[in-house]
Amino acid sequence: MTPLAPQGIAISVQGLEKSFKDVHVLQGVDFEVAKGSIFALLGSNGAGKTTIVKILSTLLKSDAGAAAVLGFDVASQPGKVRESISLTGQFAAVDEILTGRENLVLVGKLRHVADPGAVADGLLDRFSLSEAGSRKVATYSGGMRRRLDISMSLIGNPPVIFLDEPTTGLDPQARIEVWAAVKELAGHGTTVLLTTQTLDEAEHLADRIAILHEGRIIVNGTLAELKALLPPVKVEYVEKQPTLEDVFFALVGGNGHNGSAGIPRDTTTTD
Amino acid sequence: MSNHFFSDTSVLLGRSLRHITRSMDTVITTTIMPIAFLLLFVYVFGGAINTGSDSYVSYLLPGILIITIASGISYTSFRLFLDMQSGIFERFQSMPIARSSVLWAHVVTSLVANSVSVFVVVLVAVIMGFRSGAGLSTWLAVAGILLLLTLALTWIAVIPGLTAKSADGASAFAYPIIFLPFISSAFVPTETMPGPVRWFAENQPVTSIVDSIRNLLAQQPVGNDIWVALAWCVGILVIAYIFAMVAYRKKIA
Repeated sequence: MTPLAPQGIAISVQGLEKSFKDVHVLQGVDFEVAKGSIFALLGSNGAGKTTIVKILSTLLKSDAGAAAVLGFDVASQPGKVRESISLTGQFAAVDEILTGRENLVLVGKLRHVADPGAVADGLLDRFSLSEAGSRKVATYSGGMRRRLDISMSLIGNPPVIFLDEPTTGLDPQARIEVWAAVKELAGHGTTVLLTTQTLDEAEHLADRIAILHEGRIIVNGTLAELKALLPPVKVEYVEKQPTLEDVFFALVGGNGHNGSAGIPRDTTTTD
Repeated sequence: MSNHFFSDTSVLLGRSLRHITRSMDTVITTTIMPIAFLLLFVYVFGGAINTGSDSYVSYLLPGILIITIASGISYTSFRLFLDMQSGIFERFQSMPIARSSVLWAHVVTSLVANSVSVFVVVLVAVIMGFRSGAGLSTWLAVAGILLLLTLALTWIAVIPGLTAKSADGASAFAYPIIFLPFISSAFVPTETMPGPVRWFAENQPVTSIVDSIRNLLAQQPVGNDIWVALAWCVGILVIAYIFAMVAYRKKIA
């Protein structure tokens, strides 16, 4: 979470627009992600986070604007982009019928790594899955699946990784496991673009946080910068640090649109 | 990346074949219905059906093989649908691989799985008294027609596999294809059918395919039937492939 010295741009997105039928999901999204940093894209359900990730991972074409990964344009050089990235989608995309190790070997072979078996064993060890490695994935817990899913994304050492809501649907214990995995990644110099609806998560993991709301990035900054945007400190019986959740609702105005990402905390109560 | 097409396809083929060997029940359930029809028609209805041939099981077998393939391809849709739903399809599409190998692996798996099912059904027919004096080249010709038909029907199966909203929807398309042999020369000669039904039966693809295979195995001249049969198979293949590619391009954008 230390501020990063500028060291080049891994991901750049400019004026990105995308509509599905008459729903204008992205209405001109701009942001940049520095190499080796963790960037969190924050927004409620349906804000367009997954759409951005899909465009960046060449699964979807934008209607307007430009996006590039390591300088490769996603529309005109999709092959180069796919060589640079790894996608961990919203649902753990693992093969249930295969064992954990077979899943890793499969991806290793598709990425043409020299020794898929050794790479698989190394990752099983790194993500504490060695014992479960020979079991079918169908028997795994949610947290184990997610760890396997993320470890599959690391094969071939792609410099940029997209994690689309990596902890959605996980219990607190599994969430901590995944957080540890993501922090480890960044420690290895990988650029991580993370989407999340839990503000807590962005706060824990990200170097920079951007809030996506109604098709645009409304704020983009470090946690400290975001907190500075909050209205003057309230004087209460118990002084509390404003959470990111407060920032979010202060910025988007009360209760969001469709169900919102969380329940606004009542800051006046003491407990 | 297309230089990896064959290696990527074979890696993904290994994956789907493992799905088959780890769930042999899909191969077994594919063969149960055709075998049940075989038993029912040979031992229950067969005595009352006059086909003009000596052995009803030999008369019936080609049509039963088509039913076997038609029920087999519904699993191809189903497996593809599961890949779409689980997100593993997207994972593969976001990787630096030959993208079309993801579809081809499913298609080749379908050919392998259906060949096994067809072999099992033929074996049951042999136990029930099916005999053919046909030589190797004739059997190869029969296998070739059946493989071409499987390929054509598999590309039809790819379409709902890519576009279905539910698992039931993904496999339901196979029912009309399974039903088609009933309105053909597969079970009974078409001569006794009333006008419009007979016209339909004689001009739909199953009849020419069934007649070709039946005559090949009985060592009878196949005449024009085989060309009509091949034309149907190739025609269905081309059209299904085009529609499957349209559906595929919509998915990968």
